[in-house]
Amino acid sequence: MSSGFTLGVFYTVIRPEERWILEAAAARGLAVERLADDAVTFPVERNGFDADLVLNRSVSHTRSLYALRFFEHYGVPTVNPYDVVSLCGDKVLCSLRLQESGIPTPRTTVALTPEAALKALDDLGYPAVLKPPVGSWGRLLAKVDDREEAEQIIEHKAALNSPWHSVFYVQEYVQKPERDLRAFVVGDELVAAMYRRSADWRTNASRGATGEAVTPPPEMTELVLKAARAVGGGVLAVDLMESPRGLLVHEVNPTPEFKTLTAATGANVAGRILDYVQEVARR
Amino acid sequence: MTQCPECDARLERKDRIEGELFTCPECGVELEVNGTDPFAVSYAPKEQEDWGE
Ligand SMILES: Nc1ncnc2c1ncn2[C@@H]1O[C@H](COP(=O)(O)OP(=O)(O)OP(=O)(O)O)[C@@H](O)[C@H]1O
Ligand SMILES: [Zn+2]
Repeated sequence: MSSGFTLGVFYTVIRPEERWILEAAAARGLAVERLADDAVTFPVERNGFDADLVLNRSVSHTRSLYALRFFEHYGVPTVNPYDVVSLCGDKVLCSLRLQESGIPTPRTTVALTPEAALKALDDLGYPAVLKPPVGSWGRLLAKVDDREEAEQIIEHKAALNSPWHSVFYVQEYVQKPERDLRAFVVGDELVAAMYRRSADWRTNASRGATGEAVTPPPEMTELVLKAARAVGGGVLAVDLMESPRGLLVHEVNPTPEFKTLTAATGANVAGRILDYVQEVARR
Repeated sequence: MTQCPECDARLERKDRIEGELFTCPECGVELEVNGTDPFAVSYAPKEQEDWGE
């Protein structure tokens, strides 16, 4: 890589992941342009940035989308690209793509009003899961055990009066063991995978789930890479559940965390991301 | 050297960088580094609805 290369890092906060990325970039002698998502401005007329490629680490779906669209407009490649983030950052769009690509995924129905959501839940059957289409870390995910609970939860969501919570993503409750699977993909490679284990049905690391390294069997690797390709590829975390009918992909995360994964597997995830970023920059 | 906005504990920069999140060792509140020279901190930004992975 020519020494003139500048890596832009678009971020909200510096977590261990971002710090590792910045350190890996420094170790490779890459110039870094730090782009704080709460401070930068985007002129429509001209590119005011130095970055030759931007790595998106913003946790805000809205900020990510606008920023990535601007970099596209400026002709600056991004990891991940706008299309991948807009698709994966929205559970509705992601489910559609998984289904279109023949990837096994939990049964899911979308409803656009509280009344329709109740009907969707009744049709899907109980227990079921309600998720906001955007956002993660298991926030405001609800397990709905019966119709009475459905009415309460839907009423509560409607009272939030938020555009994100007026769309109802309704999913069958998958009878999984007390764990799910996370596989980290960079380009064409499954870099590392882990079980996320917790007593809570939501096995998010941010809710205290613990990570345990998994050597993925070939059929899991194949499914994970197929899911990553289906959404456009890049740096992605594919989340799966073990169901009675086999592995199901429930989502693909476009700006994945990897602190727990790094601790559980020892994989050099930040290094692999940097390899990939440099490879994309050479294209 | 600066103080925790929550509990007034004295906080040292150590090797923290601009924008880095950390928790106050005294009260556990989440903080963000706002400046390194001089060292300055504020409450970490509040999670918004569209925040995630
Ligand atoms: N349909 C389901 N049936 C059973 N458990 C589920 C279902 N959907 C999600 N879960 C559990 O809840 C966790 C969080 O779900 P999901 O990944 O959809 O939400 P999220 O808030 O986007 O989390 P993430 O931080 O992984 O993006 C999953 O890891 C899984 O353990
Ligand atoms: Zn404190």
